[in-house]
Amino acid sequence: MSKKIFISGIGMISSIGDNIEDSLASLLETRHGIKAIEFLETKHRGKIPVGEVKASNETLSQRLNLPTKDSHSRTTLLGTIAAREALRNSGVDLKDGLRTGLISATTVGGIDQSEDFYREFLKDPTKGKLRHISKHDCGDSTENIADDLGIYHFVSTISTACSSSANSMMMGARMIKHNLLDRVLVGGTDALTRYTLNGFNALKILDPGHCKPFDQNRKGLNLGEGAAFVLLESEKSIRQRKYNPICELTGYGNSNDAYHQTASSPEGKGALGAMRLAIKTSALNLNDIDYVNAHGTATYINDLSEGNALTTLFKERFPKIGSTKSFTGHTLAAAGSIEAVISILSLKHNFIAPNLNFSQTMEEVNIQPVKELIHDVNINHILSNSFGFGGNCSALIISKL
Amino acid sequence: MNIYINGLGNVSPQVTTDSKVFLEEPINKEGVSFWCIDPDYKAILQKANLRRMSRLIKFGIYAAQQCLLDANVEDLDAILTGTGLGCQKDTEKFLIDIYGNDEGVLSPTKFMQSTHNTLSGQIALMLNCENYNFTYVHRGASFESALLDGVMLIEEGAKNVLVGGLDELTETYLTITNRMKMWRKEQINQLDLFSDKQSGTIAGEGASFFLLSKEPTPKSYAKIKGMKILFKPKSIEAIHAEMASLLNDSDIAFEDLDVVVLGVNGDPAQDKLYDDLKEKYFQEIQLTAFKHLCGEYKTASAFGMWTAAQILGKQNIPEVLKLNKNDKPRLKNVLVYNCYNNSNHSLLLLQDVNA
Repeated sequence: MSKKIFISGIGMISSIGDNIEDSLASLLETRHGIKAIEFLETKHRGKIPVGEVKASNETLSQRLNLPTKDSHSRTTLLGTIAAREALRNSGVDLKDGLRTGLISATTVGGIDQSEDFYREFLKDPTKGKLRHISKHDCGDSTENIADDLGIYHFVSTISTACSSSANSMMMGARMIKHNLLDRVLVGGTDALTRYTLNGFNALKILDPGHCKPFDQNRKGLNLGEGAAFVLLESEKSIRQRKYNPICELTGYGNSNDAYHQTASSPEGKGALGAMRLAIKTSALNLNDIDYVNAHGTATYINDLSEGNALTTLFKERFPKIGSTKSFTGHTLAAAGSIEAVISILSLKHNFIAPNLNFSQTMEEVNIQPVKELIHDVNINHILSNSFGFGGNCSALIISKL
Repeated sequence: MNIYINGLGNVSPQVTTDSKVFLEEPINKEGVSFWCIDPDYKAILQKANLRRMSRLIKFGIYAAQQCLLDANVEDLDAILTGTGLGCQKDTEKFLIDIYGNDEGVLSPTKFMQSTHNTLSGQIALMLNCENYNFTYVHRGASFESALLDGVMLIEEGAKNVLVGGLDELTETYLTITNRMKMWRKEQINQLDLFSDKQSGTIAGEGASFFLLSKEPTPKSYAKIKGMKILFKPKSIEAIHAEMASLLNDSDIAFEDLDVVVLGVNGDPAQDKLYDDLKEKYFQEIQLTAFKHLCGEYKTASAFGMWTAAQILGKQNIPEVLKLNKNDKPRLKNVLVYNCYNNSNHSLLLLQDVNA
């Protein structure tokens, strides 16, 4: 049984870059991706800024050498780009006899295509293309990615709202520890859709400008889209192929806030529970944590709740804290794995990305996020938070080898 | 592996909410879609929730609560659900709202209730349970993924874990899937599903919950010996090899199997796989079915597992489940094999508590 869970490959696409190299450059050059909508067809164009991947579905399909006409949902396309990249840069040979699984996460699934279907269907129930609606469910994108990569040992999908892909990483790590898999590609993918844009807009938690995580004057979140995957590997797999992994997933924790269907408790009990469990599994001390990549959506409630939980946990002896959602927007199910990849890049290249747009400390909690890019910093352990509707809270700890 | 099933809760198109009863009087309706019998929600839900919650959440909560009552457990180490389509009705309603008023001013209620993890979150709220909470949404492997996670948690030391599978029917879903030719063209008496060889199957829905535990109780129905989730296995030989390896892990031979529960759904094209397995490997074994009772849906295998747990707990196979006559007096080992849409296959090995 593998005691350690190694991370040996990463892939990512979001509004700050189509791949790891571009994403890293954006982070190091403080280039965020929050802009006007160009591709999502919606009435809110020009009014609500988002973190959009600046490419049409046709372009994304071409990049993947897939048929361009209605071949896949945007969720599948984004997921396939990131999953292929993670597998490619891990150098893994899927035919070496070891067991490889895929655990993805999504909240919207193929609902971008269902929207096209429903538009016709609602006018006339005999209309609407069935191939659009057949991609509606959350398993669709995962199975497309599994087929694309040739992964058949274990394939599943998690949907726990905005904590989804942190949970896919956790489940993957546990399956390796249970010796059910030797390695597993874990992560998540979510496309921008009219469904989520209108949903969050109806909840009145979208900032009409660029979001300001942890700022007293924060007005809400920016929605984003993207996908990120990481390859988790057992000691056996790493040893067998004599590979130098990038880093280690040392801790994970999952807890439920049990407070309200969508809102977080003010004191952040779920967040605190998840972070405590992550610290416990990692067997680290609190002062080993060098940086917290916070959930930090920039909604009034999240940042207060998370701020309180961080204060309770660290008792004001805070490590560096920041939210990179000011770069990517909130990518929902993909957020956990996108922020895990950003954390991995921070460990690998010794930097901490700034929490953009912060100017005034919140009245209720004394959280001072990182305001400027920090270079050449020695960081060994990063705590990454992801919380969601349904009270689902998760925390991961990623560590240097 | 010994993981005990200490409680059951099941809302389905059959009379299943009281686990003391086991299909003594099966319902035989005519139709192509079979909807849950509404239990008395008023007994457990407040008026506001009765009005606000979708059927899926209502029958999900009811089944979960029945399961906890049945097991006499209040403190849970984890809440795990699997759902293929999640809150289908609320999703449709919000989509209709979006187009109904051209992305204008919308009420967020349906959106808030439409996330796939709504039920797990609601159960946590109801029980004030801050522990581990997961929702799996992978087609015909949704329930099985939740069950696998539950098994792993018990092996990691959890004492009591609630696991359930649930999906709901909606008129819109039926209209769409009818266009996909998933269902029978003609109305059918559901109990005739396997004798009347037409293409397509019948649609169903339900919520089946299980309380898994490390320790047995006088109530224990069965124990889980092992399970496997397969994605697109290449042949029936490959499926059989996985079955053999699952049995081998528990030192059980094929001859030791007393019942095999099959996910046959009456669609000749989809049942071919089961027919081939039956002919090649299961000639001498008692075979049972369940989808004529609950219909086909992405988490129907949870209903299948409910029949397996009841068979072992009651030491009785109701006639309505039997596909052949190889009944043994003492029932020890039951294998559940389900296949969804020829992609998601699952194997589940249950054993009598006293074996």
